[in-house]
Amino acid sequence: MDYHINHLKELESESIFIMREVASQFEKPVLMFSGGKDSILMVHLAYKAFYPAKIPFPLLHVDTGHNFDETIEYRDNLVKKMGATLIVGSVQEAIDNGEATEEKGVNASRNALQTGVLLNSLEKGKFTAALGGARRDEEKARAKERFFSHRDEFGQWDPKNQRPELWNLFNGKHKMGEHFRIFPISNWTELDVWQYLAMEKVELPSLYYAHRRKVFERDGVLLADSPFIPKKEGETVFEEMVRCRTIGDITCTGVWRSEATTTEQIIEEVATTRMTERGGRTDDKRSESSMEDRKKLGYF
Amino acid sequence: MSKEYENSELLRFTTAGSVDDGKSTLIGRLLYDSKSIHQDQYEAVEAASQRRGEEGVNLALLTDGLRSEREQGITIDVAYRYFSTPKRKFIIADTPGHIQYTRNMVTGASTANVALVLIDARNGVVEQTKRHAIIASLLQIPHVVVCVNKMDLVDYSQEAYDKIQESFEKFAAKMDVKDVHFIPISALNGDNVVHRSDKTKWYEGPTLMYYLENVHIASDHNFIDARFPVQYVVRPYNDDFHDFRGYAGRVAGGVMKKGDKVTLLPSGFSTKIAKIHGPDGEQEEAFPPQSVNVELEEDFDLSRGDMIVRENNQPDITQDVELMLCWFRSDKALQLNGKYTIQHTTQTARCVVKEIRYKLDIETLHRDTENSEIKMNDIARVVLRTTKPLFVDSYRKNRITGSVILVDEATNNTVAAGMII
Repeated sequence: MDYHINHLKELESESIFIMREVASQFEKPVLMFSGGKDSILMVHLAYKAFYPAKIPFPLLHVDTGHNFDETIEYRDNLVKKMGATLIVGSVQEAIDNGEATEEKGVNASRNALQTGVLLNSLEKGKFTAALGGARRDEEKARAKERFFSHRDEFGQWDPKNQRPELWNLFNGKHKMGEHFRIFPISNWTELDVWQYLAMEKVELPSLYYAHRRKVFERDGVLLADSPFIPKKEGETVFEEMVRCRTIGDITCTGVWRSEATTTEQIIEEVATTRMTERGGRTDDKRSESSMEDRKKLGYF
Repeated sequence: MSKEYENSELLRFTTAGSVDDGKSTLIGRLLYDSKSIHQDQYEAVEAASQRRGEEGVNLALLTDGLRSEREQGITIDVAYRYFSTPKRKFIIADTPGHIQYTRNMVTGASTANVALVLIDARNGVVEQTKRHAIIASLLQIPHVVVCVNKMDLVDYSQEAYDKIQESFEKFAAKMDVKDVHFIPISALNGDNVVHRSDKTKWYEGPTLMYYLENVHIASDHNFIDARFPVQYVVRPYNDDFHDFRGYAGRVAGGVMKKGDKVTLLPSGFSTKIAKIHGPDGEQEEAFPPQSVNVELEEDFDLSRGDMIVRENNQPDITQDVELMLCWFRSDKALQLNGKYTIQHTTQTARCVVKEIRYKLDIETLHRDTENSEIKMNDIARVVLRTTKPLFVDSYRKNRITGSVILVDEATNNTVAAGMII
């Protein structure tokens, strides 16, 4: 008898194992929820890991205030469906309180401000583990990330001093004030995520499917027309069939020309595409090591 | 409606070697020729090659990671890379050849189905090759592929290739490596990597990619000895599932079926498997590496660290564990009589180092019984005494129930990995 499971079921089993390990090893975990497909996948896997019990940790959304409307609507529906608890860390509130300062200029983004709000939210909730949907195939600094990633009392990542991870053995021991970032879907690629979501028939926010939207072009990237992004001289708004490959803050999430209106068409598109999904993220383009620098400071 | 990708398998392999062996070039070549490189990544590498004044596009730069690594031109840590073909999805654990080499190689090897060992055709089997082979053998990687690289620099000579194969086989005969294959390649020119080379007509074996796509990995897990370490107890406490008590975990060995008579460790009580819940609902049986949730016919007080096994097939229940230990810590040696936290499957205990039998020279396999100073990257045979019984198998029999890590109690760092004998 030949026992084997396909690569998606094996990834699913691995992620479920990690989530149960977190629930066992940590007193107070929290799941970082951005509204993007990877965090939707995370919630889906967490649901399976603990069924028929409820997910034993709350969801944390760091809200920049500059969202696509569809994201918030989807988030609230999902939370209701899962019976989960939602915590919102607000960047707008941090700005109003004077804890954060808004960037100026046409490329202004609240992306960097998320780090402080995230760290504050983790501290306030006394969370000892924050589960995130980052994948190693996304970006070169993330290729070196562990499943269990240790953060010091300042929330910083030290890439040169990471704990080795062997077999199925994960060491989540930490001192007071330190915490862990946990990445259960580390081994998934963008294509795996789509294939799995198709196989599981998971419903996603409409933004991921091709739709007509008002957009404009900046530095070779299409951005959604929004009152949160002031336009430069000569930038004109036009309508286009587009979809998002990642969903983040509206000010730095590029949209792509696409005709893919179903998950199967998206899989086809992802399998043959010539650009990485973060190719549309202007936050990564700031310098060659911008992700590495942000991660060291405690960015998600 | 069945789609091609729904039958695709996952294969994990590890590559070991230094920059000079052409390891990064080989990985770059696999990614590039399997069309796993995106245009923006390729353009970034093209631009970086030009900045460095190199001729052509240096595929090795595709595997560059952190800024400190780019600055020093070395790899510091294990990096994971991904590519897929319609047949399989591949995860590469790319481990550096020099700094902390043993620690990183052991880490990458612990989950690998296949080890790629690179040999420079001009230099033949060198000390580093031997080190890689010994680690592959210690970590029981089921399949080893020796890539004789830079064949272009020895005029694709069969004689040079045969000589290397012969000397590797002679060395490997002393070790416990099961399934060894040899392939003559040039990562730089792409010969026999993804495409068959017309310059090695004397070679009749598969290309590296064909090998990776077809090597039989279905029996890499242990499907004989049923082992289910309890990871987490699922208790819903809601009206619909008021009395539900599920033992969640990942099957570490064997096949468990609904209705099977099982024994619970450490209590020794017997009962039957009532139901198995998988990610898609109830299932009839479970096997590695599935994560499931098991209901038993009778309720026992079973918790994390306990194990469900078959009555007539049990692991060793012991507080005395003998193992091959790889030491990771740079600023402090392994302490005889030192106390550490030990993690084994889902169980955590404390242990004391009772005996250091010998230090293994990982270039010559010599057993040094005189020297008991075990420093970073050293491998030693040691005896531990644990505070409570562990349910262990030999690592040869089961890589999951036969492995442990040691954690330093002051720093919480993982300081050693061990394979039970």
